[in-house]
Amino acid sequence: MWTICRKELADHFGSIRFLILFCLILMVALVSTYMAATHVREALDGAKPSQVFLLLFTTPGKFFSLVQFIALFGPLLGIIMGFDAINRERQHRTLGKLVSQPIYRDAIVNGKFLAGVLTISVALLSMMLLLTGLGLMTVGVVPGIEEIGRLAIYLLVSIAYVSFWLGLAILFSVLFRSLATSALAAVALWIFSAFFVGFLADLAADALRPIRNPRDPEEIVANRRFADASSLASPAVLYSQATSTILDPYRRTRSNLVLTGPMERLSLERFERPLPLDQSILVVWPYLTLLAAMTLVCFGLSYVVFMRQEIRSV
Amino acid sequence: MRPRHEPDRMGCCDAMAIIQTDQLTRRYGRQTAVDGLSLEIGEREIFGFLGPNGAGKTTTILMLLGLTEPTAGRARVLGYDPARDPLQIKRQVGYLPENVGFYDDLTGLENLRYMGRLNRLPEAQAPALIEEALSTVGLEGEGNKLVGAYSRGMRQRLGIAELLVKNPKLLILDEPTLGLDPDGTNRMLELIVSLRRERGMTVMLSSHQLEQVQRICTRVGIMIKGKLAALGSLEELSKGGSGDKAGPNLEEIYMRYFKEA
Repeated sequence: MWTICRKELADHFGSIRFLILFCLILMVALVSTYMAATHVREALDGAKPSQVFLLLFTTPGKFFSLVQFIALFGPLLGIIMGFDAINRERQHRTLGKLVSQPIYRDAIVNGKFLAGVLTISVALLSMMLLLTGLGLMTVGVVPGIEEIGRLAIYLLVSIAYVSFWLGLAILFSVLFRSLATSALAAVALWIFSAFFVGFLADLAADALRPIRNPRDPEEIVANRRFADASSLASPAVLYSQATSTILDPYRRTRSNLVLTGPMERLSLERFERPLPLDQSILVVWPYLTLLAAMTLVCFGLSYVVFMRQEIRSV
Repeated sequence: MRPRHEPDRMGCCDAMAIIQTDQLTRRYGRQTAVDGLSLEIGEREIFGFLGPNGAGKTTTILMLLGLTEPTAGRARVLGYDPARDPLQIKRQVGYLPENVGFYDDLTGLENLRYMGRLNRLPEAQAPALIEEALSTVGLEGEGNKLVGAYSRGMRQRLGIAELLVKNPKLLILDEPTLGLDPDGTNRMLELIVSLRRERGMTVMLSSHQLEQVQRICTRVGIMIKGKLAALGSLEELSKGGSGDKAGPNLEEIYMRYFKEA
């Protein structure tokens, strides 16, 4: 397994598409930090929050924040690493050779998955370190221990999130013989979960929990609850809600509050203090488990399918 | 079904049987790819597995390596059951698939190194073994070229080199000469003969080209539609009817079948 992992790692880091993609992500990340750095000042106006450093990653700046960016394009990284994992070996007729070596068949999938996860970790970690360094230079704020803790958790969750897409891409590469089909299928699912799930969730909520009387708060809450719950089917939603809570100590719910009336706002403001780290984690814990579970299901499924596949049809 | 033989006795003969199958059967849905194949291949044989495309040769080979489960019957390879101990078999058997593929973006040497690692060659000995394998197949000095730039004959010989790296007892070659020009074919056949002569390897090769098999094989099995139509040495088969299991004449079977196809 380690041998395969080693070779795949070498392949990943040497491959041109990975370099291109990484350059692209790096560039966008740099731009977004720059934008954030220039906007942090404005964001700080008036208020004087603690943990300024985290704002570097979450301030939208002109277009988007880094967190939003990874939520949207991180999957692409995972898909690119995995969509041809198995069927490339098939196409080059090396799979038959590989399985006739004295290794367990699962070592092939494991090795490839592991190599992908390692590559993703290295890519994300270096990106974050770079941004941290840049942030130190431009803003001149030194992150405290809790901020570092939050960033580390954010990194872990991001890795898990991209790994989910890696697992999905590997599953498709086992299922589909052609490289193009598996790439397209993975990308289609990505677009679906990124753009359409929220929309569909609204539709489903309106259909199943209709708001007959727009003045009835219970109906509206039921409608929103249903929409929120069903949009969680999308890993992108899961991820962005989980990470924004972790990176923003002022958030204490996972979803944006609907209907904050003046009284509620008042009562919230009485507790206008950052949530400690462990409380933040507590808030998003179910999300994290769900994300991890989805990754494992994807990986496990490709594992089972691959183990049962006939080598004959290589 | 229960095996008729003692689990760990390898048949009757004084030469140890390297491959032994007993009523080996594989069905795909309603189609029977291999139908009750019973076969024995002894040490240092070059066994030619003849038959037209789709006769079940590759399926048989896959079952011998434990890559496909037999529907019925059983097999022993080097004393191991492929369905239970595929790893033991794969450690000692070199299998060259039909139209073998390589990592084209790696050099020949890197491909060999990868295979060596997968076979857990000790890192210290690997370079020497790889060098030796390359020179055995006549590719010395070509190791640093990308495999993508290799000719078909060279690729096929690199495939053999990959097997030699692990110093196998048994070579299973699926259509090793397919698509080679006459010169490449000759070199390949000579290589196979020399491997048996100099390294004492047993070779099982499948082919649908009669004359090549005739030139190098000590014994031949002819497979048609999943069944073993004939089995024996070339002399036995060409006499027709002699030998214990001999069926019709080799040429006859061959000709009859290939006229149809």
